[in-house]
Amino acid sequence: MTRYFTEDHEWIDVDGSTATVGITDYAQGQLGDIVFVELPDEGKRFEKGDEAAVVESVKAASDVYSPISGTVVELNGDLEDTPALVNDDAEGDGWFFKLDMADAGELDGLMDEEKYGAFVSKL
Amino acid sequence: MKPGRPAAGSSHWLFTEDRLREEVTESQPALLPLDAWHRARGGRMVPFAGYEMPVQYEGIMAEHLWTRESAGLFDVSHMGQLVFSGDGADAELEKLLPGDVRALKAGRMRYSLLLNEAGGILDDLMITRLPEGHPFGEAGADDLYMVVNGAVKFDDIGTLREHVADRITINHMEDRALLALQGPKAVDALARLVPGVADLVFMRAGAFDWQGVPLWISRSGYTGEDGFEISLPGDAATVFTDALLEQPEVKPIGLGARDSLRLEAGLPLYGHDLDPEITPVTADLGFALSKRRREERGFAGADHILAERENGAVARRVGLIIDGRQPVREGADVLDGEGSMVGRVTSGGVAPSVGKPIAMAYVPVAMAAPGTAITVSQRGKVHHATVAAMPFVPHRYVRAGA
Repeated sequence: MTRYFTEDHEWIDVDGSTATVGITDYAQGQLGDIVFVELPDEGKRFEKGDEAAVVESVKAASDVYSPISGTVVELNGDLEDTPALVNDDAEGDGWFFKLDMADAGELDGLMDEEKYGAFVSKL
Repeated sequence: MKPGRPAAGSSHWLFTEDRLREEVTESQPALLPLDAWHRARGGRMVPFAGYEMPVQYEGIMAEHLWTRESAGLFDVSHMGQLVFSGDGADAELEKLLPGDVRALKAGRMRYSLLLNEAGGILDDLMITRLPEGHPFGEAGADDLYMVVNGAVKFDDIGTLREHVADRITINHMEDRALLALQGPKAVDALARLVPGVADLVFMRAGAFDWQGVPLWISRSGYTGEDGFEISLPGDAATVFTDALLEQPEVKPIGLGARDSLRLEAGLPLYGHDLDPEITPVTADLGFALSKRRREERGFAGADHILAERENGAVARRVGLIIDGRQPVREGADVLDGEGSMVGRVTSGGVAPSVGKPIAMAYVPVAMAAPGTAITVSQRGKVHHATVAAMPFVPHRYVRAGA
């Protein structure tokens, strides 16, 4: 399994044609206490860059854009009752949704963990 | 991931403080006396009201709850501290303020409003009658001390200078810091350093001394809790703040929790819940219209405001409790039964002490009674809500005679 990162602070785990999407630990730290995550409907189809989810911290609502194109095949139902999972384990149990990828070529040019770490260190 | 509604001028979306957005100029934010103090304690600094201010330290939720159960220390040095001197300063201020300023005795304070000629609210403020020998520079008899919002303080000074007689001196004390210590244990912590503050009651103030530092302390605040606001020279702010933080009850609290605390307390925030298009009657701040002033009229916008008070306003500021878990925030539309927009949400968020999303909104008076079911639309999604009496969390002020 390969993990990719975007400059918009999302991570993508790729397993075959399935991509699991979440926000990074850096992002949750900047947002602070997360109180609600609005997830898309299963079966929804996204183009890369479409609004896919809304993450609400105590102080603000932030849109999460789909980092790649694909169809939503699974949601993290645990976030409904426990949105703080995103604070506790952003890059694990706090995942948002899984996509059936439309075009694996869109992964080209995304960062790996090392490059993302260097990117964040300059912010 | 990007912000839903980015604030103008923000450098990066993660630092967009949507709830805390103020009129920030393009110029570099100024630094307050405690700037280094906040950074050394892990405060996350954001531009606010033209200054760099701490939005949080350990986290808004934890800071909010700590303030409700112990004592939170807030730096509010961005606020404008003004002293008015000269014969009849009280009567001159009454041209713009609808409160009974003349009746204030030394060491007494009241909440008031700065009004425009149409009765719109230019700012909300605290006004105090100072005793002789007060610590704000050259002390005259009958001087008045005013604290105004940071984001509009220079506009306020311009308005006041234009309408108040030339013989009245307005001293903007930019060299002073302002702290707030709020929460049920604030009195224990502060009284250990400054004996005598426990004798103050809600909305009373006095001069105190801490190791030779002249303090002006009032029992007041913006959280709904018991607590104090402390004005002191900026060059003494760091050492005094360190001494406060050494008290076991006290933790530093950022602007994020200040906002959630005041929202639960039902207290409006200028620039969000109040603005020049809103009148005191619409804002449900009728208590700020003192009886003598209503009878005598003669304050800015009096004709309009008093007619509205008599005949009823079209809309009113109310509290909302939102169904479900998702917060409804400033800018959301209030809808009528047909789905037409008839009002707006002006503040909102998850209330840590209530455990639910809450909001303030302006709604038609027919929808303003507590218990009324309403709908709110945000980003195309409809939320159900109920009008609720404010405050959402009971005030715990220590009042005279209690």
